[in-house]
Amino acid sequence: MAKLTEIRWHGRAGQGIVTASELLAEAALKDDKYFQAFPEYGPERMGAPIKAYTRISDEPIELHCHILNPEVVVVVNPNLLGVVDVTEGLAEDGVLIVNTSETPQQIRARLGLKNNKKVFTVDATRIALETIKRDIPATLMLGAIIRATGLVSLDKTLHLVQEKLGAKLRAEVVENNLKALRRAYEEVKEG
Amino acid sequence: MVVSTKMALEGAHASAQAMRQINPDVVAAYPITPQTAIVQTFSQYVADGEVDTEFIAVESEHAAMSACIGAAAAGGRVMTATAANGLALMWEELYIAASLRLPIVMSVVNRALSAPLNIHCDHSDSMGARDAGWIQLYSETGQEAYDNTIQAVRIAEHPDLLLPVMVMQDGFITGHAVELVEVADDASVKEFIGTYTPKYSLLDIDHPVTFGAWDLWDYYFEHKRQQTDAMSKAMKVIVDVGKEFGQVFGRTYGIFDAYAMDDAELAIIVLSSTAGTARTVIRELRKKGLKIGLLKLRVFRPFPAQELVAALKDVKAVAVLDRSISFGAMEGAGPLFLEVCAALFAAGATQKVVNYIYGLGGRDVLPEYIERVASDLQEIADTGKVKSLVNYLGLRE
Repeated sequence: MAKLTEIRWHGRAGQGIVTASELLAEAALKDDKYFQAFPEYGPERMGAPIKAYTRISDEPIELHCHILNPEVVVVVNPNLLGVVDVTEGLAEDGVLIVNTSETPQQIRARLGLKNNKKVFTVDATRIALETIKRDIPATLMLGAIIRATGLVSLDKTLHLVQEKLGAKLRAEVVENNLKALRRAYEEVKEG
Repeated sequence: MVVSTKMALEGAHASAQAMRQINPDVVAAYPITPQTAIVQTFSQYVADGEVDTEFIAVESEHAAMSACIGAAAAGGRVMTATAANGLALMWEELYIAASLRLPIVMSVVNRALSAPLNIHCDHSDSMGARDAGWIQLYSETGQEAYDNTIQAVRIAEHPDLLLPVMVMQDGFITGHAVELVEVADDASVKEFIGTYTPKYSLLDIDHPVTFGAWDLWDYYFEHKRQQTDAMSKAMKVIVDVGKEFGQVFGRTYGIFDAYAMDDAELAIIVLSSTAGTARTVIRELRKKGLKIGLLKLRVFRPFPAQELVAALKDVKAVAVLDRSISFGAMEGAGPLFLEVCAALFAAGATQKVVNYIYGLGGRDVLPEYIERVASDLQEIADTGKVKSLVNYLGLRE
């Protein structure tokens, strides 16, 4: 990975992608890296397509503009494919990570992506339903991102989630969230 | 010994952290749109008992500043926060706060003014308040917003000044962006700001005073002269407090932050978050041999005319970037440009100066816009001619 990595998140308002984009930034803090996370606020309503961004770097980040050419795109809601051009501006050798039950090959074919772009898929919705019993897949996408990019450390991220959720939630719920994140890390597929 | 914690904080939360540590006697604020997360977060601190502050939720921004004025006249350490139209609604009270010499500290998260309806960043709100008599500090990042808020208390309460201070940060770009912020320990902040003993207090019934009395042609003029004298003393206090802050917390603040200015022939002047983007671009342009530098202005009121003239003395061409328009001003220029022109003209300077209006209503500022400014500056320096005095960045025409 280059010194500065720019990540764009696609989801629907109310799904927690802003929280997820910030959590990734906090994971970078635990890794002694520099970071920014910011949402793209518009006149959004629950369910409207929205974007959020994360920058991670080994050096201080002074840029304060939008991200037009991300190295990594994360699609939290698969029904955005075909609604929003999720690969717009994605770097030539960029990484696309999609929450879907489809295979990376199917996604690649659907979006007409060339081989130099890497495609990862993970069925984060199913993992979320099986572990935390709720359809909130945004934060566990972190597991897939870590596996696909190595941007931050898995252990430190798990520790961070434990620390943050542990302050508010029952131990069992915290453990389920950690399990979900770990499973997303393990079950992500490249193709 | 200061013990800092590195945190991932939104700019608004960084300001709220500073307010928590300052632990003001009174915070009066209007808690809904166009308010920011600063008041929301701070009211949580009040509810959780983390501060001793009396929090007054009022019915409008006009009432918010009125309540702050009353509380400050009673001798309290008083803070509030606002943005955009909320600041505009305070307009009348802003003048009263400054004229009564009440050292209120206010966070302003810069946002565009209606109409059309817009919630994103520009500087129209605080620039509209530039003649109200408040000291204005602009912050590039959440860290600067945090640091400036702490320093603002010391500046406002300085016995030579007793002037209110506004601390700005860019709406959404800084206010809603999570960045690295080093938060000092509570005790160090508490020690740095010290305790506040008001010179006059409405509650000091043994020494009764009147605030804002009837004052016509007989003394009003003298009072205004005193007020402007106080403002003229502010620059020294701001610099002194910025130095002391640096000694204690390791981050020194001045009037502006100069980057690559030592041998610069071209210069860009800008406020707040865009300075970061400009610095990133200038770093690359320097590698290509372009002699360009950046002056990020921190203090807009009082305006550092002499200091800017000195910093620009060896520069051939200067671009001033404005995130607001002074409608009807010379060619529709921005307020920062007009001030820089006035300062240079009064000093007899002959640099070429050009204005760029940018980022209104949250329009993004891309690195290529700064590259365009640099290339225009080079042409102006080479030819000695400014083709267009006021220009627009990222505008569809």
